[in-house]
Amino acid sequence: MLEHGLTYNRRRFLSRLSLGIGSAALGSLLIPDLFSGDPAEAVLAGLPKFAPKAKRVIYLFQNGAPSQLDLFDYKPLLQKMHGQDLPASIRMGQRLTGMTSGQEHFPLAGSVFKFGEYGHARAQISELLPHTASVVDDLCIIKTLYTEAINHDPALTFFQTGAQVGNRPSMGAWLSYGLGSENKNLPAFCVLLSKGKGNGQGVYGKLWTNGFLDSMHQGVQFSSGENPVLYLNNPESIDKADRRRMLDKLAVLNEDSYQEFGDPEISARIQQYEMAFRMQTAVPEITDMSKEPESIIKLYGPDCLVPGTYAANCLLARKLSESGVRFVQLYHQGWDAHDNLPGQIKGQCKDVDQASAALITDLKQRGLLDETLVIWGGEFGRTNYCQGTLTKDNYGRDHHPRCFTVWMAGGGVKPGVYGETDEFGYNIASNPVHVHDFHATILNLMGLDHEQLVFKHLGRRYRLTDVAGNVVKDLIA
Amino acid sequence: MIFHDCIRLKWPWIAIGLSAAIIIASVACRQKNASGKLAGNISYNFHIRPILSDKCFVCHGPDANKRAAHLRLDIQEAAYAPLTETKGAFAIVPGKPEESEMYKRIISTDPTYQMPAPESHLGLLSEQEIARIKKWIQQGAKYERHWAFNKPGKPALPAIEEKEWVKNELDYFIVQSMEEKGLTPNEEADKERLLKRLSFDLTGLPPGIPLMDEYLNDASSNAYEKMVDKLLASPTYGEKMALHWLDVARYADSYGYQDDNIRSQWAWRDWVIHAFNKNLSYDQFLTWQIAGDMLPNATKEQMLATGFFRNHKYTEEGGVIPEEYRVEYILDKTKTYGKGIMGITIECAQCHDHKYDPFSQKDYYQLYAFFNTSKELGFEGDISQSKLAKKPVLEISKEEKEQLLNFINHKDTGRLYVSVMGELDTLRKTYVLKRGAYDAPSDLVSASAVKAIMPYDTTTLPRNRLGLAQWTVSRNNPLTARVFVNQLWQEFFGKGIVKTTGDFGMQGELPSHPELLDWLAVDFMEHNWDIKRLVKQMVMSATYRQSTKVTKEKLGIDPENIYLSHGPRNRLPAEFVRDMVLASSGLLIKTIGGPSVKPYQPKGLWEAATSGRGVLATYQQDHGEQLYRRGMYTFIKLTVPPPSMLMFDASNRDQCEVKRLKTNTPLQALIMMNDPTTLEASRVLAQELEAQQMAVKEKIATAFRRIICRKATDKEMQVLQSYYDEQLTLFKNKQLDAAKTLKVGEYPLNEKLDANASAALMKTVNTIYNLEEAIFRS
Repeated sequence: MLEHGLTYNRRRFLSRLSLGIGSAALGSLLIPDLFSGDPAEAVLAGLPKFAPKAKRVIYLFQNGAPSQLDLFDYKPLLQKMHGQDLPASIRMGQRLTGMTSGQEHFPLAGSVFKFGEYGHARAQISELLPHTASVVDDLCIIKTLYTEAINHDPALTFFQTGAQVGNRPSMGAWLSYGLGSENKNLPAFCVLLSKGKGNGQGVYGKLWTNGFLDSMHQGVQFSSGENPVLYLNNPESIDKADRRRMLDKLAVLNEDSYQEFGDPEISARIQQYEMAFRMQTAVPEITDMSKEPESIIKLYGPDCLVPGTYAANCLLARKLSESGVRFVQLYHQGWDAHDNLPGQIKGQCKDVDQASAALITDLKQRGLLDETLVIWGGEFGRTNYCQGTLTKDNYGRDHHPRCFTVWMAGGGVKPGVYGETDEFGYNIASNPVHVHDFHATILNLMGLDHEQLVFKHLGRRYRLTDVAGNVVKDLIA
Repeated sequence: MIFHDCIRLKWPWIAIGLSAAIIIASVACRQKNASGKLAGNISYNFHIRPILSDKCFVCHGPDANKRAAHLRLDIQEAAYAPLTETKGAFAIVPGKPEESEMYKRIISTDPTYQMPAPESHLGLLSEQEIARIKKWIQQGAKYERHWAFNKPGKPALPAIEEKEWVKNELDYFIVQSMEEKGLTPNEEADKERLLKRLSFDLTGLPPGIPLMDEYLNDASSNAYEKMVDKLLASPTYGEKMALHWLDVARYADSYGYQDDNIRSQWAWRDWVIHAFNKNLSYDQFLTWQIAGDMLPNATKEQMLATGFFRNHKYTEEGGVIPEEYRVEYILDKTKTYGKGIMGITIECAQCHDHKYDPFSQKDYYQLYAFFNTSKELGFEGDISQSKLAKKPVLEISKEEKEQLLNFINHKDTGRLYVSVMGELDTLRKTYVLKRGAYDAPSDLVSASAVKAIMPYDTTTLPRNRLGLAQWTVSRNNPLTARVFVNQLWQEFFGKGIVKTTGDFGMQGELPSHPELLDWLAVDFMEHNWDIKRLVKQMVMSATYRQSTKVTKEKLGIDPENIYLSHGPRNRLPAEFVRDMVLASSGLLIKTIGGPSVKPYQPKGLWEAATSGRGVLATYQQDHGEQLYRRGMYTFIKLTVPPPSMLMFDASNRDQCEVKRLKTNTPLQALIMMNDPTTLEASRVLAQELEAQQMAVKEKIATAFRRIICRKATDKEMQVLQSYYDEQLTLFKNKQLDAAKTLKVGEYPLNEKLDANASAALMKTVNTIYNLEEAIFRS
């Protein structure tokens, strides 16, 4: 009788969701139990048109926009022309944010930091990122990302959902929808937040929203507090055995109700309580760092034992990903240095450098880097000219959407440096990568055609890449 | 998908002559060679356009810029005309499918020739779709105007067999389509379940034991109607009805965007509740919200109503380009009007002509022009200059709150500020924006509504919001009444007659009961857009009162219950899950309206996501009565909406929403088990019962009745009693800690009562809260 209900329930799900790609692409938290047979197989049926290179993503979002000119995109000309105005021939009248559009002058600001050349690709990396430099041969550094938004909110939303406004699904939700979960005791899409000391910009629930997809694809936010997942912990007075006692009684009562009414929702609810019970064991196991060996602690740095830090989140991301979580999204706030950039960025880099590199090394030593795509970057770049008062060793930088640096590693990307900006670091000289191209490429690495991962909502077929985007083949190994 | 097509086949008024064999069941459809079975007339609107719209119009539809091969298939003349790129050929030759280029291409297997072209990823047509198109061309390939853009007529009630069962006009239409499917309706639900359903549907609250007793003991023939009238007259009716409208209006308590500071639109929310309670007619309800400020001698109440168009997000991010955001705000207003009131996806025409519906980009900006003369600014300054309302602002004095606007619940003596609509003295010009970009104006346009829906007669209508309001509520407007009737149907029956509540256009679903929809819409207008009357009509129907029991046979024929051969079992909306818990435990504070409140919420959520600026950087939880207000008053901070609400599918209020998803997830189970609100309610209810002189059995039975809204069966009592006994033993033996168990929530603990007994009863009550039936009305 129960099985009968589940069969109907699944059918109702499928018809209810009006799936754009046959009956595929329904995976995640809730669904595996509703499929008979092998869940992974049922979920994947008919979807990927080619072999995926990556199975999972860890996205290290640097929220607020790190300065590419002080980290990856070395421009000696700016140091030479320090204090001189940005030539109008370079700016070409492009729009500026309201914070600097009123400035009479746009004095160029050369980075105060030293750069060195690293790895086979002779990548230029700032002295602020020594650990990152040490894993450079695993990195695919893209210097020519560009976006359409010049303010944080729309730019973040664009990066995460493929549209500046609107309530569209986030990238992680799309992948949960498209590929499902590899672990039926954990959500397919997890979100981890941390904060640096630099000028901060908020993050928002809509960045990990399911949009019009089923809410089981929504990012599940892990917090550093006592409840790693909201409402996960039983009250102190209830232990596992006691919870089991209650669930057993509940199942009896709910099953009776199902027998009387025949509504498949009732049996589905019984299953959800069981899944919740399993999560109560699985999640604390994942978030418990006490069993990590000394070598791992050393690798990520001592901060990784302080819950809620970027380092702790990187280690947790590795553990979640290793357990089969499809998409782990980190946000680290504090990169929005409109003034006093040299001071602020030092702190930010100290927060993230060691742990980001450690994540690469750790995945590699576990043999997981090949199938895990790691992404590092912000929502736009920063201007080559100074916002506010420029001195010899201090400056601020405004938002710059026209070129900025993002790196990727593992998951089938080709290590090296991609794209060149002009000598002012203002415009792209070669190989531009639009945000839509970036998304198309990520989906391709995951074995998905960005034009086919669609969901029909209110009469329109929606995609992460909206109506654009080209896979950048040169980024793929 | 095939399954869907089958369902779609049988609208009563077109199915005439369609072979019954096609209509019956999904399984049969799958196995059938459809082409051999298609008899009778094929309807363009109901059989052909859904196919063309889905598979052809993207490249051969209304959007002139994306049109391929100069071919347009959405208009009869164009589809019949000689093809420009294939000399001597015609896309459609009426009567002759074999000579029609379009037909030849949809049946072709040659990828360089076939349609839809492989690179479109639209997929080929199914055999059944091909068969229908063939038949349609054979029958003359006649086009029809889209059903939703035709003015509805009031159809006569259909002739039916089962006259005994029907209670009012609605039932005739429902029974007729059931009879065609070979389905029979269910009997009326038992009194207890029916009252629970009615009570949640009309007030969002459980009926409570006194009302349950009153109804159970009332043997008169109109006992049910008495309950309906009583609940409709309750002020909680307005709260229930307002909730859906708050989704439409994307109501929130913060500005959204970057720093997401506090705003004060709640006085507008109080007005919505008031408007439903005093049963303001729907045409007035809309007119005031669209153009209350422009009415002759507009009252403050009418001006307050226009807050509807000011509920969207406002940026306070330093450095934005004001015009970019000002345009964004007008786009949002246009979208909300289109989706929430007209049921169309007009926003698709923001950047280009609509791909499916006959809405040009110019049409879009003509509609946009009505809102573009608003006084508001794109940017009033960053968060350091943040105010509770943004220009234009309605100021409400203490005296006004006490008199004319006494529905506003505000204890403060100060003035109140609300963002409302207001026109510029010198009207701003509106241009078509190329690609929808704020900085790419092209052709100048003047305000006008979408002509494909109904022409905008400028001899009688001014080109301003007041004119738009009049156009909207005109008796000749084909959409306004249908769209609202459909939204209400969704509230009571779980899904709309048109399932795509926000899209009545060509890509939307066809109505399951088109004649019923039209009858309801016309009847609604004929009766002065009287909302309470419409609601009563729906809940008085036999269709509504049916038991929700479903048999295997019914599930087989109609798994989605499109034909309503049984009552719909619906999970309570997020806000009412909370209300159910608070009301049944006795904790609920019934105050209506006022500033939103901050009840228990997991620690650190706001703090983790904030920029650190503004008064909402940290969550300052309320205490006392404010902890026990209805779910609709929980503070909505847009960037971090209340998590337990989102997990139960509440709107995140980012955009206009007309339909919520209904999911069933483990996170919902975790909330019901571990949210302190439910645990506290369990304790409070347990202690209230524990303090009374009654047997344990009676305590459990009373709790069950208050929560589930019916008497427990013997079996249920047995299971719960055994759980209670087991728990009591564990507490007595100190295997479980009673003191710890009871320590939840801020509501005072009654220490005089036996802790072990209180704790055991609390656990039992909590188990009842976790029953599936607790959060369903069935």
